[in-house]
Amino acid sequence: MSEEVRGILVGHGKLAEGMLDAVAGITGSREGLTPVDNASMTPEALEEHVESLIGHSPSVVFVDLPSGSCAFAARRLKYRHPGMAVVCGVNLPLLLDFVFHRDLPLEEIVERLRSHVGVSIEYTTDADSSVPGR
Amino acid sequence: MPILLCRVDDRLIHGQVVVGWGAQLGLDLIAVIDDELAESEWEQDLYRAGLPDRVEALFSSVDAAVELIPAWASDAAHSFILTRDIGTMRRLAERGVLADIEVNLGGLHSAPGRERVLPYLFVSDEDRDELRRLQRAEVRVCAQDVPSARRVALDELLEMKAS
Repeated sequence: MSEEVRGILVGHGKLAEGMLDAVAGITGSREGLTPVDNASMTPEALEEHVESLIGHSPSVVFVDLPSGSCAFAARRLKYRHPGMAVVCGVNLPLLLDFVFHRDLPLEEIVERLRSHVGVSIEYTTDADSSVPGR
Repeated sequence: MPILLCRVDDRLIHGQVVVGWGAQLGLDLIAVIDDELAESEWEQDLYRAGLPDRVEALFSSVDAAVELIPAWASDAAHSFILTRDIGTMRRLAERGVLADIEVNLGGLHSAPGRERVLPYLFVSDEDRDELRRLQRAEVRVCAQDVPSARRVALDELLEMKAS
């Protein structure tokens, strides 16, 4: 059996730990995802830390903000690690899809993530009169 | 429109700059002044990849920036200048192009030899020397990571003990 894909979750403040906590609350497991926060770290230190977590494994690095220091560190690493994907704009549905499919080849995981963005916007200007109120 | 932010930040282009200050001041052009990055096209592409479409990024050596800064200062575009260390900003100051521009110390993070003086500012003895040289170049300097944070003037900063 091939090695399961590793997930590294890198974010600002306590976002990474908080999202992993939410994943664990839903799935009952923290396996397969490692949280990293960027506080007080130079870009070089952040890059080295994430690289040490990736090792030589196929990996997905999830980051919050496309223009953030976490994303730039991940993109720099991608130059040296072709078997690594960077996902910007991480959200909970994406992470859940990832943890349930880590046994798939990285290429298939990437395709799944591309088609499961996980953002929906629900907005109406009029109340629906057919729905009874409380 | 003048140069709206002239910042020392070892993370260069990142969330606080693009989203924090960019949303507050309006941002059209980020000019990164760095002799190494000015020669590295792949790293420039990497930084551009994370920017919103409406924001342009330009990478320049110190020598080239000395010629460009007066033009940015009188252009209609809202420009931010970034350097990754104090020494590069000091070199610009000593070339006389920062006379009417306040330097913002926005982020120097933990590294060997550096001590924490503010949550986002860790400085070494060498950094302190560079700050004094900036002061001698008659440039106004304040520390402030995000628009809502308290501005800390350089004199106060240099008096601060490591915490």
